[in-house]
Amino acid sequence: MIARFLGYIGCSVREGLAALGFAIRSFFSILRVSPGAFRRPGLISEQIHFIGNYSLVIIAVSGLFVGMVLGLQGYYTLNQYGAEQMLGQVVALSLVRELGPVVTALLFAGRAGTSLTAQIGLMKAGEQLSAMEMMAINPVQRVLAPRFWAGVIAMPVLATVFSAVGVMGGYLVGVKLIGVDEGSFWAQMQSGVDVRADVLNGVIKSFIFGIAVTFTALFQGYQAQPTPEDVSRATTRTVVIASLLVWGLNFVMTALMFNK
Amino acid sequence: MSNLVEIRDLHFAYGERSILSNLRMDFPRGKLIAVMGGSGCGKTTVLRLIGGQIRPQRGEVRIGGEVVHSLDTQGLYRLRRRMGMLFQFGALFTDLSVFDNVAFPLREHTDLPEELIRDLVLMKLNAVGLRNAHRLKPAEISGGMARRVAVARAVALDPELIMYDEPFAGLDPISMGVTANLIRNLNDALGSTSILVSHDVQECFAIADYVYFMSAGKIVAEGTPTELRVSTDPYVRQFVNAEPDGPVPFHYPGKTLADDLGLGART
Repeated sequence: MIARFLGYIGCSVREGLAALGFAIRSFFSILRVSPGAFRRPGLISEQIHFIGNYSLVIIAVSGLFVGMVLGLQGYYTLNQYGAEQMLGQVVALSLVRELGPVVTALLFAGRAGTSLTAQIGLMKAGEQLSAMEMMAINPVQRVLAPRFWAGVIAMPVLATVFSAVGVMGGYLVGVKLIGVDEGSFWAQMQSGVDVRADVLNGVIKSFIFGIAVTFTALFQGYQAQPTPEDVSRATTRTVVIASLLVWGLNFVMTALMFNK
Repeated sequence: MSNLVEIRDLHFAYGERSILSNLRMDFPRGKLIAVMGGSGCGKTTVLRLIGGQIRPQRGEVRIGGEVVHSLDTQGLYRLRRRMGMLFQFGALFTDLSVFDNVAFPLREHTDLPEELIRDLVLMKLNAVGLRNAHRLKPAEISGGMARRVAVARAVALDPELIMYDEPFAGLDPISMGVTANLIRNLNDALGSTSILVSHDVQECFAIADYVYFMSAGKIVAEGTPTELRVSTDPYVRQFVNAEPDGPVPFHYPGKTLADDLGLGART
């Protein structure tokens, strides 16, 4: 009984390590063929347009509402200490450091990530990737690498849009609706937000999330069995794995970046 | 006449399940060779081994003297540039138009100016009768038309070797006849070698120069269509005449019906 249980644990660990190793190998195979993808920037810009279009509206609208809620909640809390003039700084720091990169990555995983997984999975099911291989065209270089870099480039841009629209949402609620002083709102934001420590770290976060989410989406699509059931399961796996990766990576990066 | 493709002592298995064993086949240059057999007999696996998509456990596939499975990735891609393949359902890129599908290998592998690519693509589409459909998307054309577009794409780079995987599957009789003639004409016009995997007897016998019959991963008969039409081999007779029972049994191997119904125990 115990031997069987230990055997089961051992087998699971071995399979998990093998899957992790395979994922890492696949990641490096995308990196290896990336110079070839960058020699054809048109393929990457086409995918940036595709992925950006997919996610822009939901990210802008979500950013607006998150910013508005931050404006409300921030005001209620700061008002208790007579510090409502700090609202601009609170809204901006929350968005730039945490909510912008994290929520954008989660929305990206749900919107563009699932779409990428389904697209690659269906290309595989329709033998399009095999057809490419038989045409002596490496599908990793022609299909996966441009999408990977498009996702990696699009993520910080989308996170910036999220944060910018979120700040406007906070401004609308805090200044226009509640009546916080406009000069204090912007002045506190300007003095309290550091470009390198806050903005740049936020951009680095979203860049890392871009790598994690886009690779997860592509890998799940590429590994899916060419059946409708497995393609649908792969899209679900993309959301679950990418979301968990985002939370985990966010904790590690926050601990490393904002430890003073 | 020399062989473009030679298969010797080929064994292939998925895990414990043997798919091909001790296969020996020759595909002479300029000829159209059909590989026939029932579903699951290993026909498509032969094509995948020739294309280097899978590796055999034993034996070798030679194309133009090169052993496919000893090549590295670059060598394999170099070899594949001399091949064209038609997949069972066309495998067209659904996000590209008919024109862009046929232009795809030309754009990927050549530096030809766009005007020349346009002319070449229209000529290829003209050869399959679909020049006027070049603006349509794969979703807007029928299965038979998609198959012809895929043929045009497969021959876009004028390959030495063209492989067709079940090109007649799911086609109406007219499309079947059109596709069969197209395969024969392209083979003759390009001077290429064609391997046609199918189980459609009439079409294959009408256009093939030589036919291999496979069953359970082995060659069970071979010859010209004329020889096979008069063959007395039980497998060939069953296949050509579409007989429900014979060397290929109707019932999946296993217990008898009497055993399953418990009738054997009562007697």
